[in-house]
Formats: sequence, structure tokens, C-alpha cells
Amino acid sequence: MRYRKISFFMVFGLFLLPLFFDGKEEAQAFSPQVIQHGAVGDDVIELQARLQYLGFYNGNIDGVFGWGTYWALRNFQYEFGMNIDGLAGQETKNKLVNASQFNEAYVKEQISKGNRFSHYGGTEGGQQQGGQAQQQEQNVPVDNTTAVNVPQGFSQNDIQLMANAVYGEARGEPYEGQVAVAAVILNRVASPSFPNTVSGVIFEPRAFTAVADGQIWLTPNEVAKEAVLDAINGWDPSSNAIYYFNPDTATSPWIWTRPQIKQIGKHIFCK
Amino acid sequence: MIRWITIGILSLGLVGAAIWGYQEHQEKNAILIQAENSYQKSFHELSYYMDLLHDEIGTVLAMNSHERLSPKFVDIWRITSEAHSNVSQLPLGLLPFNKTEEFLSNIGDFTYRTAIRNLDDDPLTEDETKVLEDLYVQANDIKDELRHVQHLALENNLRWMDVQLALVNNDQTDNTIIDGFKTVEKQVEGYAEANSQSGLIGVSTKPEDHFENLPGKKLSEEEALDKSRKIFDINSKENIEITPSGDGADIPIYSVSYQNGEKRAYMDLSQKGGYPLTLLIERPVENKKLSLHDGQEHAEKYLEQFDFDDMELYQSMELNNVGMYSFNYNQDGIRIYSDSVEVKVALDNGDVLGVTASEYYSNHHEREIDEPELTEEEAREFVNTNVQIEESGLAIITNDVDEEVLTYEFLGTFNNDTYRIFINAMDGREEKVEKLGGKELKYS
Repeated sequence: MRYRKISFFMVFGLFLLPLFFDGKEEAQAFSPQVIQHGAVGDDVIELQARLQYLGFYNGNIDGVFGWGTYWALRNFQYEFGMNIDGLAGQETKNKLVNASQFNEAYVKEQISKGNRFSHYGGTEGGQQQGGQAQQQEQNVPVDNTTAVNVPQGFSQNDIQLMANAVYGEARGEPYEGQVAVAAVILNRVASPSFPNTVSGVIFEPRAFTAVADGQIWLTPNEVAKEAVLDAINGWDPSSNAIYYFNPDTATSPWIWTRPQIKQIGKHIFCK
Repeated sequence: MIRWITIGILSLGLVGAAIWGYQEHQEKNAILIQAENSYQKSFHELSYYMDLLHDEIGTVLAMNSHERLSPKFVDIWRITSEAHSNVSQLPLGLLPFNKTEEFLSNIGDFTYRTAIRNLDDDPLTEDETKVLEDLYVQANDIKDELRHVQHLALENNLRWMDVQLALVNNDQTDNTIIDGFKTVEKQVEGYAEANSQSGLIGVSTKPEDHFENLPGKKLSEEEALDKSRKIFDINSKENIEITPSGDGADIPIYSVSYQNGEKRAYMDLSQKGGYPLTLLIERPVENKKLSLHDGQEHAEKYLEQFDFDDMELYQSMELNNVGMYSFNYNQDGIRIYSDSVEVKVALDNGDVLGVTASEYYSNHHEREIDEPELTEEEAREFVNTNVQIEESGLAIITNDVDEEVLTYEFLGTFNNDTYRIFINAMDGREEKVEKLGGKELKYS
């Protein structure tokens, strides 16, 4: 019974919240930046919350400007008779601020609790649906976003796995050497002579020494991760190599017969 | 008395050590057996699939009705991919076995291309039948060789763990399995040439094969160094190194690297014309001061500096205080996907941290683009009616079989997901449909 009462007050309170904050809205609006597809951060949270308030956006408020936000913004621009460019510039932001309300503290609190909510503050009066338990209950970081950008076709876990392999194989190598090792993994995925998945290539028996001796399970540093992201985004300092070896430790005489492309750090990259 | 106690403790210790050692030994054996079994499974499956592949190609040759041909091709395609995955699970990393894998994937490509084709309108040509007959003979040889190795392995109780040890220690002693696989590889190597001459199952055309579009004269190392210093924006002649590429490179390049304190820069420069193919600058980026949009302006300015004209933003993404931008070339309002450049901008001060333009330089040329035969309205008819189209335009893409085709590009939504759909502008064929993702729940 007590439980009911509390939740009743909460829902009731939500109806009232917009009233309390009404006057202050304009003061805490967007920063002056133009927000575009791919952006992350607090401005995106505000954009999504305001678009959701107006009923244009019904996805999660996660602080990452993805396709859902993009179409919502374009629809908003269309309905309000603006130039439809999918960019949240000054005019768009002004119109948004005038048309909607945004209670930053409330929204961020809900995000940090992992609650999903839709049409916050709108006609349905800020109903919220619990769910989606998140691990980060305490010590909420300054970063309020709950999603991340990932390159098309890759998951954070693929990136992590590749970072593990790069770190195990090439830590201590110059940065471009690490990107090159990651690029070799991707070149192998594309090559007909190798498995067609990242994990298939990495765990192919005897393909990488770091996998054979277990060094792949060391915790990779940020540099290795960045190198992997660069390789996925198209950088290939190995110039399309599909093999590399360390001339000091290579055991197979066959590897020397491959046409060599270049040496980066301790590794020779070849076709 | 003390002596007896000591002896007692020591013998207890001895017994304990013996038991512990025995358990370790058992455990190690169990793991070895497990690894051995998974190798054995891959090996025997591989021989089985090669056998099956041979039979299936034979059946296709004997078949006449088109309705049955396509499913058979699909079947062959599936078998090659199974066999391919078996090969990749064998510990052959140090053994040159890539020709066989390539052979498998070529059969796969060939059958896939024929399977998706409408064989009623476009039946197998004589050349293609000839290719199939060749493949049949080759598959037979490979199958026989593998079956032979398999027989020897079974008869002599050969173990893959020994193969692995022999490969690691580079033992020159005879190992039946290794020798058998080497024979297979030798045979396939012979076919590979014959097959690529027939042109039907050659190696797929990689973009790197046509760098010939690059104009300009060959740079000397000195000239390349000067150019690099300009691009890296440094004056000193120190801390900078340059090396020419080896035989394996697709085109001759210079690799230039520079290190100064926390900043490290690396660049690949084509020797002919001195075009920067890959540029990477590594330095920490801590405080984000610019928006993704501001970064885009820096990226565009940079591209203009290097004479990339008519480039159009295709996507942008913010990753750890760095903006990643992909640009495509736009010829007369038509987006050309293969001519792409990626730029990386630090969102603290707007420095460009990286450019990769090898795709652009290897593909870029002025194309002769035919007028589309369908209007956009007509092309829309070919899109699934459940998809709500939001944006459209003309684009040139490289399709499944590596041809450049002119298409209508539609961006549409269906059930909260966004799709990119390419419809051939000549015949309305649905060339490609992609579901666009790009973000994911944060796991950490």
C-alpha cells in the first residue's frame, strides 16, 4: 500500500515538475554549437529530450545523435516550416526551446537510473517505464551518455577483441605499427584465403603468436583501442599487407619468401 | 625420534607431490586430447566436404534443367564455405596452404554468381561449362590427395598435435600430414594460373590494381622529404625518416615517420606524383572544445588545401574527442562511393590527425556516366512498400560482382530502423540494401 502511495506521488510530482521549471527554461538551453549526426554529449541529450517532449522522437535518450534523432529532427524542421537539413543550428534550437520544455536534472537522473521514458512532459504526463538495469548505479560519471558511436558493422566487443590482439602482438611498437597490425587483421577478413570474421582470423590456429601464448588476454591500453578504431575507419599503414613477422624471432623460412612491402618498428609487412 | 618424524613428513610430501603431479598430467592429457579431437574433426570434415564438392560439381555437369541448377549451385557454394571454415581451423598457419583456400573461395564466388543469375534468360555459356569441367577435374585431384592423407593418418594413428609441434619446431623430419598438405597445395598452385587465364574465376579486381589514374612524375627521396615536412608542418630536418617500399607494395611509396616528444606522425606518399595516401598523427586529445560540426569545417578546409574538389560529407562520428569524417566524390550531383577520403580531426584545437585517401587515389577518375533509364519515380516502385523513403539521390556503387553501377540511393525507415537501399537506375535491380547502425549501448 505504502509503495502505491509513493509511486502515486511520484507520478503526480511529474505532472507538476514542468510548472516549477517553466520560467527557467531559456536560461539553461543548448550550448552554441551546431549539433549534427554522429555527435555525442549533453547537447544531444537535450535535443533528444526536447524532440521526445514534442513527440517527434521515441527512441532512447542516450546522448548519441543517431539515425532516429536525425529523422526526428528533420520531421521537426519540416513541421515547423524550416529548412530541412538535419542540423540543429541556432534557428532550429531556438524554435525547439520555445516549443518544448527540458528539465535537465530530471532527465539525467532518469538516464543514470537506467529508466526508459517516452513523451516526457508531453501529453501523457511523463510516464516512465522502468527496466533495463544498468550496472552504473552509484558514482554516475560526468558523462551522461548511455550509448556510443560504433563504426558500421562492428560492435564494441569486436573492437575490444581486436584491441586485445593488437596489444598482445604489437604493444611497444610505434602507433602506426599498431594500426598496421589491426589493418592486417581486417585485410585477412577481406581476403579469400582467410576466415571471414574478425574472431575467425584472430583465433585461427597458429596465425598469431599472441593468441598461441596467451598474451592476447592482457588488458589492452587506450592506444591499442584507438589504433583499432583507425584501422576500422579505413587507415592502413601496412598498405594492404596480409602477413607480418618479426625478423628476429620468425621461425618459418616460408615467411621470408613473401613479397615484402615495408618495415614498421620491428615488424616486416608482406603480401 | 626426530629423524623418524622428518622421514614421515618428507615421505608424506613425496606422496603428495606424486599425486599432484599425476593429476596435472591427467589434466594436461585431457586438454591435449580435446585439442587433438577438434583438429581431427576439422580434418576429417574437410576431406568429406571435398569429396562432396567433387560429387556435386559432377551432378551439375550432368544436369539439364535450369530449375534444378540454381539450388545445386547454392549447395556447392555452401559446401565450399564449410570446407573453407574447416581449413581455417587446422593449425596450418605456418604452412603455405593459402592457394587451396583461395581455390575454395573461387569456386564459391563462381557458383554464387551463377546461382543468383536467372538461368532461364541467361543460361550457362560454353566457357562457363568448360570452367566447371576443369573445376571437376581439379576437385577430383584434391579430393584424392586428401583422402590419401586421411588414410595414412588413420592407419598410422597420426596426430595433429605432432604436426603442430613439427611446424613450431620447424622439424625437417618427415611428417605425412605436412607432406600431404604440401602436395595438395602444389597441385592447386598449378591450377590457379590456368584458372586465372580463363578469366571466369580469376582473382577479384582489387581497387589497388588500378592506381594508374595518378598523374605526375616520380619524386626523389629529397623531394618527398620536403613535401612531408610541409604536410607535417615542421621545419627541422631532424627526427624524420624516410624509406621506400619493397616489392610487395601495390604501387611504389615512400613511408615517412617523424617523432618529437609526444607527437608522432606517419605518412605514406606515392612515389609517383607525391600524393599522401595515408597520414596519421598520434598525440593525446584531452579537452574537447570544438563541436563535431566545427571539426567538419576544419576537415573540409584541409581537403581543399590538397586539391580534393567536389567532396561531399557522407558521415561523421564523434569518438573519444576525435571527429571522424568520411567524404565521397560528387560528380555532377552523383555521389561516387568508391572515391572516398576519411579525415580525422582533433576536437581540442581542430588539427587534422589523419587522412586516408588510398581508396580515392586508386579509383578516382572522371567517369562517363550514362543517363539513367528509369526516373526516380519508377525506381521507387522497386523499393519495398513498407519502407518509408525519406531521402533520395543518384549514386555510383560497386555491386556484388565488383562492377560499378549507377543507382538510385534511397534512405528510408521501417520500424524505427534506417535502411540505405540502392536500386539500379537502368533495370531496377535491387543492388544493395544495408541496415544502418552506427551506435550501440554502452557496455562499460
